[in-house]
Amino acid sequence: MSDSSVDASSPSAARWLWLVVPLLTILAAISWLFAGDPLESFRNGAPPVEKLTFERVVLDAQGIHVTVRAGGSEPMRIAQVQVDDAYWSFVQVPPGPLSRGAAARLDIPYPWVLGEAHAVNVVTSTGTTFSHDIPVAVATPDAGARQLVSQALLGAFVGILPVAIGLMLFPLLRGVGTAGMRFLLALTVGLLAFLFVDSFEEALELAGRAAPLYQGVTLVVLTAVAAFVLLLAVSHRSENRSGEALAWSIALGIGLHNLGEGLAIGGSFAAGAAGLGTFLVLGFTLHNITEGIGIAAPLLREKPRFALFVGLALLAGGPAIIGMWLGSMAIAPQWLAITLAIGAGAIAQVIVELIGYLYRTSRGDRASLLGGSVLSGVMLGFAVMFTTAMLVKI
Amino acid sequence: MTSQWENLVISPHSRYKIANHSQLHWGVPMFEIGPWLRPFMNRRQLLASSIAIGGSTAALAQAVQTPQSIAHSHAPDRGSSVHSAHGDMVTVGRVDDAKNGFDPMRLLTDWNTGTVTMLPSGQRLRTFEVWAEDKEIEIAPGIIFPAWTYNGRVPGPTLRATEGDRLRIEFRNLGSHPHSMHFHGIHGARMDGVPGAGLINPGETFVYEFEARPFGCHLYHCHALPLKRHLHKGMYGIFIVDPDPSRHPEQAQVARSRLLGTPENAEWQEMVMMMNAFDTNFDGENEVYAANTIAHCYLKTPIRVVRSRPVRIYLVNIIEFDPINSFHLHGNFFNYFDQGTTLTPTLPTVDLIMQCQAQRGILEFTYQNHETGLYMFHPHQSEFTELGWVGMFDVVDAVS
Repeated sequence: MSDSSVDASSPSAARWLWLVVPLLTILAAISWLFAGDPLESFRNGAPPVEKLTFERVVLDAQGIHVTVRAGGSEPMRIAQVQVDDAYWSFVQVPPGPLSRGAAARLDIPYPWVLGEAHAVNVVTSTGTTFSHDIPVAVATPDAGARQLVSQALLGAFVGILPVAIGLMLFPLLRGVGTAGMRFLLALTVGLLAFLFVDSFEEALELAGRAAPLYQGVTLVVLTAVAAFVLLLAVSHRSENRSGEALAWSIALGIGLHNLGEGLAIGGSFAAGAAGLGTFLVLGFTLHNITEGIGIAAPLLREKPRFALFVGLALLAGGPAIIGMWLGSMAIAPQWLAITLAIGAGAIAQVIVELIGYLYRTSRGDRASLLGGSVLSGVMLGFAVMFTTAMLVKI
Repeated sequence: MTSQWENLVISPHSRYKIANHSQLHWGVPMFEIGPWLRPFMNRRQLLASSIAIGGSTAALAQAVQTPQSIAHSHAPDRGSSVHSAHGDMVTVGRVDDAKNGFDPMRLLTDWNTGTVTMLPSGQRLRTFEVWAEDKEIEIAPGIIFPAWTYNGRVPGPTLRATEGDRLRIEFRNLGSHPHSMHFHGIHGARMDGVPGAGLINPGETFVYEFEARPFGCHLYHCHALPLKRHLHKGMYGIFIVDPDPSRHPEQAQVARSRLLGTPENAEWQEMVMMMNAFDTNFDGENEVYAANTIAHCYLKTPIRVVRSRPVRIYLVNIIEFDPINSFHLHGNFFNYFDQGTTLTPTLPTVDLIMQCQAQRGILEFTYQNHETGLYMFHPHQSEFTELGWVGMFDVVDAVS
């Protein structure tokens, strides 16, 4: 301990010298690597490693537009493009070799067929091929005003409406006793646990489609943990969490999850992977009604204003609209994965918060925390979410 | 024509050392332009090809940016019609023929007749010089394939002899793997080019000796193992044996029309097409199909034929992985001589023939009663066509 106090008292200029030494060492190592070429003996004549990830596919009247990202050991060149096993003309924007991490768009004037499958195959200069399947070809929705409005309507239907319906049960639920209140809070924990798993799974799936550069799984886990820790820190700034603050937290977590739900619906539009039937839309709506109840649960002992309900419904349901817009524009998967990971982290934080709230309100009585009303609430939360989710899984 | 000799790449693994440059000047020049093509090589095309050689890399880069420009740069005379025949279904850019060291247009008529001497017995002796060589070639614009070649080109040199000639093929292996020349023809066991009979290691030399028979359209290829790999890497070439008219008195006139060097033969517009394909990612399926290696080469630059003179194609199929290949001629019918070993057609008046691997034959047809213009030819496996194997005949009136 005495050494550190000596260091602290020594002149700062001398201490900075200790930064110079490692810096010079790494610079020397880098220049040796480039100038001396010590790796020469490892070169065995093998072709460079090549990797190409398809990030975005847009279909329109001009044909197929794919955005690809390179991840090779050396800059790679796209030599030709095949669509459905036929060489097709294309324009690469920007042209030239793709260095590691660089992206380019390939505009292919291919007469794709509505509702049918196509396969794009990129051939590089070394003859390596990278293929991407378009399971069902439909025009990517353009960002025109009409399209945006109808997507917003659909988003409101699957996001805002069910949350609002759930919140409308507030006067009815107000009459429940302590056990009933605990039951509803536990139900919220159960539904949030479902949403956490769902968001996390979706985030991992999207991350798996991203370029290796983004280290999918690591990116998702770290983003979720970071979101969890940051939100926990923020919420603990204020002592004595009110029911209203808790409701806002739940609404935020659910909102981020609904963003993911919107992304999924919009994305399936863009990919043509799903025809969105009335049944499916209804499924999403039913599925999300429970979320409104969850948001309302911590407010049952308070006297909220009407405006608060409007705000909560918009925060929890509104992101479904934004998600739908983003999803239909076929945004690169890594950005969507990050968004959903933040959602998962936020949901985990609310779960911890709710359990803490339940614990506090049980006045440290562990038996009461694991009592019948709480356990049955959690189980029912799982069951309702799982069952209603069956309506929307194809 | 020294430049293509300088392109010869000696494999770093090769133990064979070449003492000096002049030693490489074997046989006849590789790229003798076809006698019937020469009148059509106008100044404009020569200028275009020299630009392509000079600024090939820049031209390629530019071509990738603007596919529209290709049609113009490839066929300045009738670019739009050529391009529209296949629309956008075409490779983008152009292959650097100069860097490859061979031009698919010249491969069509590039006969290698060897060095001719007379044996004491009065029999003609033809000596051919062939070597195996590792070489990276551009098989479609921008796609580089690590090929194994005969004489630095794919397909290898078109060896042409006359029925009854004594043949000596001096084969040197300058490649990095064992190779051989297995001829489809009549020869003894020791000359078969299989392991133990003329299969040689890198740096070694072997002389194949046999008589040229039967007359017909044949081929040679490497018979080293694994066969599949050696074949699809590019080790094959065409071997033509012209009939000796004196041995076929009842059809002497027909035989003379097949015999290179006769006035009857000069009337014909002869060319070779070796249908081949390349598995560029080594997954057991071909990515690029072509006749004479370069995808779309005869689509982007159609083969000019004179309307009034008959056409003869020596067609050979050597594709690996796919069981058959075929040839379909648009707007016309032809007579087909399976393996070319007869002087009367084995399949008269057809517009489509099928060939399994190593099957080959001679196609004879004329555009005498056709209007001039572009006539397509391709295999009638759409997949092969769409992956590069398609071409055009540009039928023109005789130029005075």
